[in-house]
Amino acid sequence: MTATTLPGSRRHARPSPRRPLGIVPTVVLVLGAIYTLFPVSWVVIAATKSKAELFSTATFAPGTGLLSNLADLFAYRDGVFWLWLLNTILYAGGGAVLSTAVSTLSGYTLATYRFPGRNLIFNLLIGGILVPSVVLAIPQYLLLSAAGLAGTYWSVLLPQILHPYSIYLARVYARAAIPGSVLEAGRLDGASEWRLFRQVALPMMTPGMVTIFLFQFVAIWNNFLLPFIMLGDDHTFPLTVGLYTLLAAGANQPSLYNLIITGTMLSLIPLIALFLTMQRHWRTDLSGGAVKS
Amino acid sequence: MRVNRLAVAAVAILAAALSTACSGGSEEPSAGAASQSAAAAGPVKLTYWTWVPNMDKIVAVWNQAHPDIQVTVSKQAGGDDAAAKFLTAAKAGNPPDLVQAEYQMLPSFVAADAVADIKAETAQVKGEFGEGIWSLVTLGTDAVYGVPQDSGPMMLYYRKDLFDKYGIKVPKTWDEYAEAARTVHKKNPKVFLGTFSSKDPGWFAGLAQQAGAQWWSISGDAWKVAVNDEPTKKVASYWGGLVKEGVIDGMPYFTPEWNKALNDGTLLTWPSAVWGPGVLSSNAPKAKGKWAIAPLPQWNAGENYSGFWGGSSTAVAAKSPNKAAAAKFAIWLNTDPQALKLLIDEGAIYPASVKGAALMTKAPDYFSNQPDFWQQAAAIGATARGFTFGPDVNVTYNAYKDAFDKAVAAKSDFTAAVQSMQDATVADMQKSGFSLAQ
Repeated sequence: MTATTLPGSRRHARPSPRRPLGIVPTVVLVLGAIYTLFPVSWVVIAATKSKAELFSTATFAPGTGLLSNLADLFAYRDGVFWLWLLNTILYAGGGAVLSTAVSTLSGYTLATYRFPGRNLIFNLLIGGILVPSVVLAIPQYLLLSAAGLAGTYWSVLLPQILHPYSIYLARVYARAAIPGSVLEAGRLDGASEWRLFRQVALPMMTPGMVTIFLFQFVAIWNNFLLPFIMLGDDHTFPLTVGLYTLLAAGANQPSLYNLIITGTMLSLIPLIALFLTMQRHWRTDLSGGAVKS
Repeated sequence: MRVNRLAVAAVAILAAALSTACSGGSEEPSAGAASQSAAAAGPVKLTYWTWVPNMDKIVAVWNQAHPDIQVTVSKQAGGDDAAAKFLTAAKAGNPPDLVQAEYQMLPSFVAADAVADIKAETAQVKGEFGEGIWSLVTLGTDAVYGVPQDSGPMMLYYRKDLFDKYGIKVPKTWDEYAEAARTVHKKNPKVFLGTFSSKDPGWFAGLAQQAGAQWWSISGDAWKVAVNDEPTKKVASYWGGLVKEGVIDGMPYFTPEWNKALNDGTLLTWPSAVWGPGVLSSNAPKAKGKWAIAPLPQWNAGENYSGFWGGSSTAVAAKSPNKAAAAKFAIWLNTDPQALKLLIDEGAIYPASVKGAALMTKAPDYFSNQPDFWQQAAAIGATARGFTFGPDVNVTYNAYKDAFDKAVAAKSDFTAAVQSMQDATVADMQKSGFSLAQ
């Protein structure tokens, strides 16, 4: 993201006394970029290697097996990979939409209304941020089992809808982005509370909602433990759990490394595409929030 | 990491259930009869958790022939995680009807009352299995907790071509193996005869079995734990000495660096189980036709023993409403000649049943240089010693990984690592409420 601004500033090659650190920030950012992109590039290169090449050729030498890896992966158990991909999109997309809706409404309510117990609810939510979701997975499983929902799509969707951190974000954002006077003016004009939320608050909160959506989408996309515990039927697995069944194939079966790596690479593509298309909103959001608060 | 946490959490939840010790299953003698009447009512639907490749194809054959009992396969991730997941599901009351249970995990299933006693249903197939294998599903009791599916008798895989190159003979005893390790490493310091894996407790347990170890035994109502018995200490100090000397490497199996060593000829042997060809052909495809098998080296010249590494059974969940139908399927899967053939061809497993082992005639493609591969394997399999696993093997195995990781890195005393396995196992069993015999 930052890369787009840096070359521009360097083109005015006047020695500038206003930048005492000189090239240091660029170097730090480039190092950061290498640090994050290095594993990704490994995945991309390893995905091109055939079974025989994977452990015998140099780490960063591209192999010749990409097409056969893809063919093997798509043929694996009659194309179950596509089913896992669809499941993941359903969990991540559906979960993120529902979570964004709940978070926005709750955040808006907490930010604009005064009612008894508001601070208590908010403090409980803050406390919820501190509880890692890993700790909750097994209790959630036992609860949903008691409700007869374990193993269904809902068992993965429901626990991820309520996300304290997203509600916190929505509250902070609503507070900064929606001036109280605008709501007052709407009320004087006779708008109902629901209409105020729909037509006044929601448009103002859109950038914040995009942020929450992206956060949740990525979190659910990468989530492993919850679906691993909740789901028994392999036709409901998301990619993370599905690919794991290829890795942990039992003590006496070889792991299908080249299929796993190829599958991992493919599962990155939707995330990258999502970020490239939504990036603009995210930037507006961060600056917008900063100016108004 | 996350997976370990899962296992830990699942174990913590189960701790309470475990305290009822190993007397489960046997208290439901009428369950079989009850579910038989249910089976008559209409097509029975069973779910089956397994990680055998292509099991859905094998089950399709059964479903075709048995319209009244329809089985659905759900392919799971294998190993310890599968066991933790099954225990959690059983605890929550919605386990699958059938589950693939590794022999070392079966006692923990029994302790948690998660699997049913299918003694009555399996009475007529007992003779299809060897004594040693059968004791793995009875745990030395009167009950039967599963039908054996595959087994993993251990043997020595070695690089025939490189043995010739370095002028060493196939070691008959572990002393000869140590001598060969020194010779090879002296001729080429980059090359090792073998490696000690601190990540594979099942492998170490197999070697200890060969030496005659009995880590767990049941005496009356109490468990006896002897992970630190003399045979185990002998095995540990033998490998510890070689690692310290620097003639045996310390890299774990199934890692990328190990795969690399298999490929580039810097690792000459692998004491492994009968399922080794699948791993070798997948991870070291270029070395095809260069590996061969021999019996494991022996502790005393003239002896003839082996141990088991891996293997699993098909168990019926205690909470399944259709236990009789599930047992019927488990028996078909593991004893019917047609099913055994499919398990071998599609599932790539080494069947536990005597009939199944006899069906293995054509040597694996990777070992086309050794046409009598399966005959040799069967002869070795007959020498494998029996073993009883305890109810908290996962704790023992985790202690193995922790202690031996450090011991290999520091090249310190391996028998101390064995002692810490013993201590961890005893502490966990006491905490879970098992009565222990001294």
